[in-house]
Amino acid sequence: MPKINMVQAINLALRQEMAKDPNVIVLGEDVGVDGGVFRVTEGLHEQFGERRVIDTPLAESGIMGVSIGMALSGLKPVAEMQFDGFSYLMIPQLEGNASRYRSRSQGLWTVPLVVRMPYGGAVRALEHHSESREATYATFPGVKVVIPSGPRNARALLVAAIRDPDPVVFMEPKRVYRAFREDVPEEEETMEIGKAQVVQEGGDLTVISWGAMSHITRQAIDEVQKRRGAKIEHIDLLSIAPMDTDTISNSIRKTGRCVIVQEAPRSFGVSSEITARINDNVLLYLEAPVKRITNYDVVTPYFGRELKYIPDQQRIERGIEETLEF
Amino acid sequence: MPLTMAGEFSTSYLQILDESGEVDRELEPKLSDAELLRFYRAMYLSREADQRMLKMQRQGRIGTFGPGTGQEAAFCGPTFALTDKDWLLGSFREPGARFMRGEPLSTALLYYNGYEEGNALSPDKRTLPIAVIVASQTLHAVGIAYSMQYQGQKDSAALVFLGDGASSQGDFHEALNFAAVWQAPVVFVVQNNQWAISVPRSKQTHSRTIAQKAIAYDMPGIQVDGNDALAMYQATKEALARAHSGGGPTLIEAVTYRLMMHTTADDPKKYRTEKEEKDWWSKEPLVRFEKYLRDKGVLDDKAKATIEAETRQYIDEEIKKFETRTTFKPDASFDYVFGTTHAEIEKQRAEFLATLNQGGADA
Ligand SMILES: Cc1ncc(C[n+]2csc(CCOP(=O)(O)OP(=O)(O)O)c2C)c(N)n1
Ligand SMILES: [Mg+2]
Repeated sequence: MPKINMVQAINLALRQEMAKDPNVIVLGEDVGVDGGVFRVTEGLHEQFGERRVIDTPLAESGIMGVSIGMALSGLKPVAEMQFDGFSYLMIPQLEGNASRYRSRSQGLWTVPLVVRMPYGGAVRALEHHSESREATYATFPGVKVVIPSGPRNARALLVAAIRDPDPVVFMEPKRVYRAFREDVPEEEETMEIGKAQVVQEGGDLTVISWGAMSHITRQAIDEVQKRRGAKIEHIDLLSIAPMDTDTISNSIRKTGRCVIVQEAPRSFGVSSEITARINDNVLLYLEAPVKRITNYDVVTPYFGRELKYIPDQQRIERGIEETLEF
Repeated sequence: MPLTMAGEFSTSYLQILDESGEVDRELEPKLSDAELLRFYRAMYLSREADQRMLKMQRQGRIGTFGPGTGQEAAFCGPTFALTDKDWLLGSFREPGARFMRGEPLSTALLYYNGYEEGNALSPDKRTLPIAVIVASQTLHAVGIAYSMQYQGQKDSAALVFLGDGASSQGDFHEALNFAAVWQAPVVFVVQNNQWAISVPRSKQTHSRTIAQKAIAYDMPGIQVDGNDALAMYQATKEALARAHSGGGPTLIEAVTYRLMMHTTADDPKKYRTEKEEKDWWSKEPLVRFEKYLRDKGVLDDKAKATIEAETRQYIDEEIKKFETRTTFKPDASFDYVFGTTHAEIEKQRAEFLATLNQGGADA
């Protein structure tokens, strides 16, 4: 199996799905000739031509609006938002239309599209290039939100997203893009959207993470296990909406302790939702309060300060140890 | 019934100083020698600052930035036509314009090194922070223009810069429409530098000119040689005069070229030819402006050498100032969430500071 990074893995998924299905169309700002500002769509323009890999005018609402039209009429658009911070310009179309056509028409009209975007911080970028607003998208019923954490699940989940019958917001942790490589098979591989993955089993404590936080969380877990000999279960959420409550509940039943690691600001976020579901389902199994390790409720700091605000390995280790000791 | 003419429209093009530095004497704006030198210095500083910042970026002393090289006439010309009573709203490719409005280079460097402190120019300068969300600032300009009109500040208009790519955004079209409906004192300057990252102007709009978009909203629109400092100044001056006298908005298209990369993270070789870049280098704005000043007897070798030396010295001092500032309040982000803080914010600030003290987050 070739070892590739997340950029190459996403590119592989796009290339294979485009080869297999002529209705798959890629569109966005700079996705064609340039191959995308992160090179995610590199080579697609040469291979599939400019009618299938479209450099659009610079207008996010427009990109989403035409993607909805394409999806309504038989195409499978995979639209790119160049950066997280510009994706809000397409929310009126996503929330107002993509998420609603199915229910609005009682199932007659559907919008099978994917909107990909790099998200998250720690890449020394300018304002609006470092946001984690997965919770915003997750609040729209009818929209699925998927966040891979590494090359292999990125490829498999993107294939699933393209084949999904509903709009999927696919958020790619840009900090992970070139951070590490994994074995990714050439042959087809998909994962089910709506399922979390238990990446490591353990009975003493559950850690839940997603996106760029999963990689450093794994390192923090390894450290704590080495230091204390504790057995820690690590859940990679992968699917933000719909969320896999059962996998979380089963784990808490076993461990009774939970730490959630979230890159986004603390309030009204995914960690809040996870905590609420734990309360709903397995509150009485808890032996310690659910611990949230998050960013703070501040406007995303510019890169000079951002690393002080985004959870880092030490903070995660401390959070795990405090919860083990509680 | 036969078709009748519902309206007939045209768009004109202005050039005063041509590529070879020949000036049209009839159109030449009346600027004093001192004014012309100030104008030239501003363009020269912008170019030199770009060069130094490119070096600093390569050395890791600042982060990503987008050079303005080649567009100095397009952003300094309009800015030179403003008074302190007018407002300036920019995007991110008008470095010289911001310097002209009083932003020290050391402040710009702070911005490009990831500190909000670098985006904070005193409100009395009437110059808003860099707007990264393209075209979003065009609507703010209309709101400000309305506000000036409402408050009876007749000498005040808003000037807003955007790019050819940004002209595709709904915000821009909404701004043109609001401005025309309200007859607001606002001047839109589209820096059409032919590219939006890798996307050529031809994929951005099917219109032959961007200036003609004004016709749809029934406002004056003009296409200007954006590498001609005199024409950019003159077109803006006229638009501002109209705005100040209740004549409403104007759209100016500056035809120019982004001579360098989009930002330091970009590689133009992927999408455009070096020949195209070379052709545009032969039309760049500083050389022809300098020739004009020399022909006019405003600039000679000695004066040029002085400008060069003083600019270099200024840049050196500003870089030093920027680099000697090494401490930044870590919890500043908590200071500016709200005007009046809240218990929850303060609780989180305390937690943040305690974490820093424990040697937690990357110190
Ligand atoms: C709303 C929005 N979408 C995407 C971007 C990313 N982006 C930054 S600059 C740019 C191209 C802008 O082109 P143009 O308006 O022509 O200005 P130029 O860079 O040429 O000065 C893009 C796509 C952005 N800043 N804002
Ligand atoms: Mg441009």
